[in-house]
Amino acid sequence: MKYMLMFVGEAEGGEEHMDEVMTDVGAWWEKYSHSGAIVGGERLQPSAHATTVHLGGSAPTIVDGPFAETKESIGGYAIVEVLDLDAALEMAKSWPGSPVVEIRPVWVD
Amino acid sequence: MEQAIEATLGQVFREEAGRVTASLTRRYGNFELAEDCTQEAFVEALRTWPAQGIPSRPGAWLQRVAERRVLDRLRRDQRFAGKVSEMASALPEGGDDRLQLMFACCHPALSREAQVALTLRAVAGLTTAQIASAFLISEATVAQRITRAKRKIVTAGIPFRMPAPADLELRLNEVLAVLYLMFNEGYLASRWEVSSDRLLAEDAAWLAGLVAQMLPSQAEVLGLLALFKLQLARVEGRFTADGQLVLLADQDRSLWDREGIGEATLLLDRAAALGRPGPYQLQAAIASCHALAASWSTTDWQLLVRLYDRLLQLQPSPVVRLNRAVALWHVAGADVALREADALLAELPRYHLLHSTRAELLQDLGRDEEAQAAWAQALALTLNPAERRHLRGRALAS
Repeated sequence: MKYMLMFVGEAEGGEEHMDEVMTDVGAWWEKYSHSGAIVGGERLQPSAHATTVHLGGSAPTIVDGPFAETKESIGGYAIVEVLDLDAALEMAKSWPGSPVVEIRPVWVD
Repeated sequence: MEQAIEATLGQVFREEAGRVTASLTRRYGNFELAEDCTQEAFVEALRTWPAQGIPSRPGAWLQRVAERRVLDRLRRDQRFAGKVSEMASALPEGGDDRLQLMFACCHPALSREAQVALTLRAVAGLTTAQIASAFLISEATVAQRITRAKRKIVTAGIPFRMPAPADLELRLNEVLAVLYLMFNEGYLASRWEVSSDRLLAEDAAWLAGLVAQMLPSQAEVLGLLALFKLQLARVEGRFTADGQLVLLADQDRSLWDREGIGEATLLLDRAAALGRPGPYQLQAAIASCHALAASWSTTDWQLLVRLYDRLLQLQPSPVVRLNRAVALWHVAGADVALREADALLAELPRYHLLHSTRAELLQDLGRDEEAQAAWAQALALTLNPAERRHLRGRALAS
């Protein structure tokens, strides 16, 4: 099964622990890339740099900022290919880079 | 006659539902499909068995009919078939299928309501209508919960296999919590005379027995089963013939099922021998202390206080502290117990049993006016008709 792991919010500890966190994230990514679980993914710039396009009206409108103003936003994602939800949960439980991980199965036709 | 057949059908469904659903899920790799077709086979049985009689091997009959439905549907949807065969090859065989089914139904990725509804339907073979009547919710709500949960199992890839050994205990807790909730929902209902409540409690006990059979060295499973057996053994004493609630103190203990109590005690011994104490075992030990006492007054209150102390260490909760206060009353006197109860007022201001306990203690201390006020408060906080009748009686008698 293919899932997207969305990494939500920022890791605790602030700036001074950033290096440590990045090292742990690097190790995590390395481990699961090596096992073949991770098939893609990226770290994202903060939502302050987001631009949102609304297509509901007669013409598209372009707005500065994320689509929803929430305290926690998605800081990165990984696309993983694993046996089942338990395997994805196992990965998410050991993720060192953020306080919340949302797991979504990828749409399959 | 019809009722007899219906009772037999209920029994057969309970025995076979999980088995058929589980084996079809394993074979065809799709829980939703397996569960749907098992239900269809049951509907078919309900239609034909009363006229044609129950087949000599009802399980095999249900399996055959359900499997035929699965194959029909697969033939109708070739695209789906390809996907299914691909999934099926990934599913390992072995162990009792029903246990794996329970772990799937009680997966933490499902809400508690969904876990309960799904377990009752897929593992215990209850119909949507039976589940609705047991939980006093509409059939549409139950149906929606089950549909959504089944979809999630398939779409989110909730596995149909035993959890990894490292996760087993945690995941087992999830299963036990579902059974505990199911049992209490039936057992504590004010409508015990209504058969659906009785069935719900009995189904929970039956499922716990199934888990205990399959995981005989898990102490908490044995503890939970012992607890259920102890509660069920005392059922006959809990209500008068006209549906009045009888408190433990006033129950006719000759009505209790000694054999059931004996079985539970043996289970509890087996659990204790495993050396892994836990909250369910302690609750069962507390229940067995009451069950083995010849009367309310000769109950071993010292032991009860000790058991509650240990339970509090594992499971700090104000309700457990209240129960401990009642035991303490008999060991250390009403004034000590009242102090404990008063300390819980801030945490449990709307818990009627706290107020009725305070009323009893105040009465014991001769503080009648305060006792009356506490009875009134208790009465104002409960809607349960059997309990209301009981409280009104107590308030009048004081």
